[in-house]
Amino acid sequence: MAVFIEAIVTAVRLMVGGSPELWNIIGVTFQVAIVSTAFGIVLGAPMGFAMGASRFRGRSVLIALTNTAMAVPPVVIGLIVMMILSRQGPLGSLGLLYTVDAMSIAQTLISAPIIAGLTSAAVASVPYKLRLQARSLGASRVHEAFLTLREARLGVVAAVAAGFGAVVRGVGAVMMVGGNIEGQTRVLTTAIVQEARRGDFGLALALGVILMAITFGLNGLITWYQHAGERWERGASA
Amino acid sequence: MTVQVTASGLALRAEGVRKSYSKRVVVDVDRVELAPGETLALLGPSGAGKSTLLAILGLLEKPDAGQVFLDGRPVSARDRGARMQMAAAFQSSYLFKGTIAENVAYGLKLRGVSRAARASAVAEVLDRVGLGGWEGRSALTLSGGEAQRVALARALVLKPRVLLLDEPLSSLDPLIKSRLSQDFARIIHEQAMTTVYVTHDQNEAMAVADSMIVMRDGRSVASGHVEDVMGLPPDEWTATFLGSEAPLRGVVTSSADGLLGVDAGGPVVYSTGELEPGTRVIAGVRPEDVLLFEAGAEIPRSSARNRFDGTVVDLRLWGVMYHLVLDIGGARVASHVSRSSVREMELAEGSPVQVVFKATAVRVRPEAAAHGRAGTAGSRR
Repeated sequence: MAVFIEAIVTAVRLMVGGSPELWNIIGVTFQVAIVSTAFGIVLGAPMGFAMGASRFRGRSVLIALTNTAMAVPPVVIGLIVMMILSRQGPLGSLGLLYTVDAMSIAQTLISAPIIAGLTSAAVASVPYKLRLQARSLGASRVHEAFLTLREARLGVVAAVAAGFGAVVRGVGAVMMVGGNIEGQTRVLTTAIVQEARRGDFGLALALGVILMAITFGLNGLITWYQHAGERWERGASA
Repeated sequence: MTVQVTASGLALRAEGVRKSYSKRVVVDVDRVELAPGETLALLGPSGAGKSTLLAILGLLEKPDAGQVFLDGRPVSARDRGARMQMAAAFQSSYLFKGTIAENVAYGLKLRGVSRAARASAVAEVLDRVGLGGWEGRSALTLSGGEAQRVALARALVLKPRVLLLDEPLSSLDPLIKSRLSQDFARIIHEQAMTTVYVTHDQNEAMAVADSMIVMRDGRSVASGHVEDVMGLPPDEWTATFLGSEAPLRGVVTSSADGLLGVDAGGPVVYSTGELEPGTRVIAGVRPEDVLLFEAGAEIPRSSARNRFDGTVVDLRLWGVMYHLVLDIGGARVASHVSRSSVREMELAEGSPVQVVFKATAVRVRPEAAAHGRAGTAGSRR
């Protein structure tokens, strides 16, 4: 039990003390998470919307592929990105391997299918007849799309949160393509692995507490937003 | 009866519309025509194709074949300008997340109406549907009847050229349904909107509509003014669906002073009309217009020309009433009788009765005449 208390005390001390190394790790973690989630939204949200709201040839195959991509282990994605960015790989000349950009690319490939899959499910839950109703009142396709996203917004926010969460907690892919270089590509998860390997469980656990605090804070924010939305929809003003 | 309406004077017209899903034909109707301000009911059982026909007329569904015309101009689902002249409310209210005001103002916003004008129009229409002052409430907290009122207000506020209502009351309980159907009829007629009203309830159709098309398996089986179709269904299926008996078939034997005598294969039934003797006709009388008296009882003095000794051949429950099928000397008519009357008269199959109805209640038309008026007719066969 003492080790846990010690870890929490260490975590607080680290954060209060403002260790430059820790802040660098947190900064890189957020940088990779935000960039890869943003690209995940750009790639995944429109695809998810299309899969959830339209019927087109090959839709079932696309849904199956997306669901499969959601389940691919991050380490496999890391391996593939590593092979592509390695010197012998097709994009080796860009020199991106073991950089934050490489980590963002790998994490984007993890977040995009999650955002696409969950957005698709959220959008598909909006009844087709509701869109037809909007059309019958004069809505264009674009108006319909906005209305659908508005109706499904709690689900879409959850999809983005899930994508962000997967990126923040991921370790396999960033380890492979980032290399866990101190001061450059080290993020919270890879730092935890590093400290645990060195036997510094207190520091590893402290980093874990910080990671959990970030995740908890994010989930708290999402939950608050969803509850506030539901409360309003159910008519707090009625 | 045929009412000729010139094509140029029509608000909405559809010709040769056909739609199939997975090779199953769900709509195959030659002609639908609505004059400005007319309310047309599309009546039929579930799966008859009513809602699909409504969606085609409302440019929400693309037909496989055929053409819809709005004010004489060919229009399609891609024609947003034409769609902007229509508005619909469906069986489920499909209210959007947000306040009642946001829901009702949705179409106005799409049309670029200013915020102040929207607020004023929303307040006015909510008042008209009995929800005045409800603007700020969440749309998801309403009862079924309230939600349907909001759905109607959302369509009415646009003052559409054509209003499309797809079974707007079918999910409501009978009390609210009855009250709302009267309200809907009043509002529609006050606004003089051209309206297509889908329902499977003939009472609702009668309360709201001027004309009707009865649909079966995607096809129109009867069409015309509501009272004509209800009073004289063209065939047995339609008659059964509308709660009456198959039409009587006979020959006009006498015609004088607007009174026709029709030999219906046994009894001579009197009707009003002008037809040449010898004309082969079909004739019908609504069950509500047929009175029953105990056999041998003295019938009160009245102007009813048709009086027969008959026999009850079938009786079954029809809502709160009994539907009785009566043999009147070789021909059959139906009558709706209250439960208490059935009990008091001790009616059962085989009971002898006296059957009375007025000549004005009997509808007659030549057998060869196409059913329905030009305005709302036709199906390919």
